[in-house]
Amino acid sequence: MIKVTAAEAARMAIEEAMAADPTVIALGEEVADPEGGGIRKVTKGLSTRFGADRVKSTPISEQAIMGAAVGAAIAGMRPVAEIMLMNFMTLALDQLVNHAAKIRYMSGGATSVPLTVRTMTGAGRSLGGQHSDMVEAWLAHTPGLKVVVPSTPADYKGLLYSCIFDDDPCVFVENSIHLSARGDVPVGLHAIPLGKAHIVRPGADVTIISYGRPMDDVKKVAESLGEEGISVEVIDLRTISPLDEAAILNSVAKTKRAVIVHEAVRSFGVGAEIAARIHEHLFGELAAPVQRLGMPYTPVPFSSALEKTILWSPEKITAAIRKTLG
Amino acid sequence: MARAKTNKAARPDVGAFGTAAAPALPRDKLLHAWRQMLLIRRFEEKAGQLYGMGLIGGFCHLYIGQEAVVVGVQLALSDGDEVITSYRDHGHMLATGMDPRGVMAELTGRATGYSRGKGGSMHMFSLEKKFFGGHGIVGAQVSIGTGLAFSNLYRANDRVCVTYLGEGASNQGQVFESFNLAALLKLPCIYVIENNRYGMGTSVDRASASRDLSQNGAPWRIPGVQVDGMDVAAVHAAAQTAVAYCRAGNGPYLMEMKTYRYRGHSMSDPAKYRTREEVQSMREHHDPIDHARAALLAAGVAEDELKRMEAETRAIVQDAADAAQSAPEPDPAELWTDVLAESAPP
Ligand SMILES: Cc1ncc(C[n+]2csc(CCOP(=O)(O)OP(=O)(O)O)c2C)c(N)n1
Ligand SMILES: [Mg+2]
Repeated sequence: MIKVTAAEAARMAIEEAMAADPTVIALGEEVADPEGGGIRKVTKGLSTRFGADRVKSTPISEQAIMGAAVGAAIAGMRPVAEIMLMNFMTLALDQLVNHAAKIRYMSGGATSVPLTVRTMTGAGRSLGGQHSDMVEAWLAHTPGLKVVVPSTPADYKGLLYSCIFDDDPCVFVENSIHLSARGDVPVGLHAIPLGKAHIVRPGADVTIISYGRPMDDVKKVAESLGEEGISVEVIDLRTISPLDEAAILNSVAKTKRAVIVHEAVRSFGVGAEIAARIHEHLFGELAAPVQRLGMPYTPVPFSSALEKTILWSPEKITAAIRKTLG
Repeated sequence: MARAKTNKAARPDVGAFGTAAAPALPRDKLLHAWRQMLLIRRFEEKAGQLYGMGLIGGFCHLYIGQEAVVVGVQLALSDGDEVITSYRDHGHMLATGMDPRGVMAELTGRATGYSRGKGGSMHMFSLEKKFFGGHGIVGAQVSIGTGLAFSNLYRANDRVCVTYLGEGASNQGQVFESFNLAALLKLPCIYVIENNRYGMGTSVDRASASRDLSQNGAPWRIPGVQVDGMDVAAVHAAAQTAVAYCRAGNGPYLMEMKTYRYRGHSMSDPAKYRTREEVQSMREHHDPIDHARAALLAAGVAEDELKRMEAETRAIVQDAADAAQSAPEPDPAELWTDVLAESAPP
């Protein structure tokens, strides 16, 4: 183990993948060293180590980046494309949603799209309406894509590595605040399976399901409620789609109570999908209605005073848990 | 105005720094231009200070160095002409006549800001001044500006829309789609590429295969000129030609302004992609405000007069900063307003 930031952990994953397989290439705005190795330095050093041929800085042309990555992927490469911020995915959604996600199916299984798209986002830094959104639900709503949201530096490494060697298009969502958080990360090969949730903490009274940056507070709340004698089971989804339904249902069948916490807008979000599945399978067994926490139905405001009010907090999480306990 | 000539014919003789021999501005116009540029410079310096003090959050992209572009173009416009740009927008707002108080209040996230604290540095609008934002998605303002021009054509109202974009943005697909549409429909749209040589840390040579961005509209026969964007008189002269061409119904026009930003891309910028000497030499030899000041002195304006105006400008900016700092933060209920025309908490 070494203690590094999530950004360094992600870089380790790409670096090790590139060292292991010459078909792994990286492209995106500013990813090569002459441009600084990525705005958060996730690709720093890679063009120097592996050559400018394998790590390409591109113009500000998201559609071309995504399309070129899809093309390289169907030709048998394993491109790691960076879309600087998740809001800019909108410019490249055609290539991702209409092409990457569907080529395997529309070719009757003849063509794989082993593409990884790294992107970054997150509210809480006063970046306003066009630079903060979590739009993982849009992507998860598209059959044929895998959507991965890591929550710890170790997971940044292990999940990203798995995305790169997965034969399907994966979107890997980095969080701009988390990227500078430090944690223990395994040295050498570290691959975490996609599509499998992580039971971070076993518990008996209530299940919390979350992913990404809110996991930090979820874990803290579970710990402090534990001291009060409330036993909280914590599930980190890691992969949003395909969803690890079994992990969720097994847990909630046991605890009879569920709280879902995500950063994204609550309406029509991932939490709604999870709540629906819980109700479909466990309706008669629930001791309380499923609770969902997410952003209210508003764009992310610039003012930090306003922005603070729309994010999750330990207090809001605690209140949601208490609500299920009656 | 004659109908579209070939794009070559519309190009002035361009020197080493894209400098066409610029006709001098009349004294009163030059004085106005200098004051406007100075206002922008002082405003941006103040914004930089407030950012450093933690009073401005998020991204904050300063316009320092590029002032001659927006001021020279604005001088050639008439009331009712529209302006739209990217996130590097403070200069554009001040040039259109928006209130420095309202802009500074928005930068500091106050209730009295142009967007009531909900937009921030990158997102402000003024229907009154025909300023349509303030957009953070690189290149998106170009197609939206094309639509502003479309509404002018439809209403036959004689207005033109000026759409600013960076040289980095000029590589977005929608820019080329817009060029074609505007040329096809003969839309009164002036595209102004502010080529400050860098898009974040990427130099123009590493981002554009095109070596002359003024010719990026050539396939659609959009006339294009390169202009010394550090010389407000040159910018003004080129803009007058562009405005006359567009107003006469000839279709879109493209100007590439050779300019330079002195500060980082945003407030945090390691600036490893260029040398200090490069920045220093631009400041020393090409500063648009210094040049205009020297020209005013040469034209016989008294130095005391200029000093008085400099003090006035500082006072306007200080007042905007003071007003912003004493203004209230937005009421939490503001979260629920403006999402839809009628909106309420869920
Ligand atoms: C679609 C999109 N991609 C990437 C970005 C990130 N980004 C913000 S500004 C910028 C550079 C733009 O450079 P340029 O167009 O030259 O404008 P300048 O900042 O020099 O004024 C980039 C890449 C963005 N905001 N939107
Ligand atoms: Mg630029």
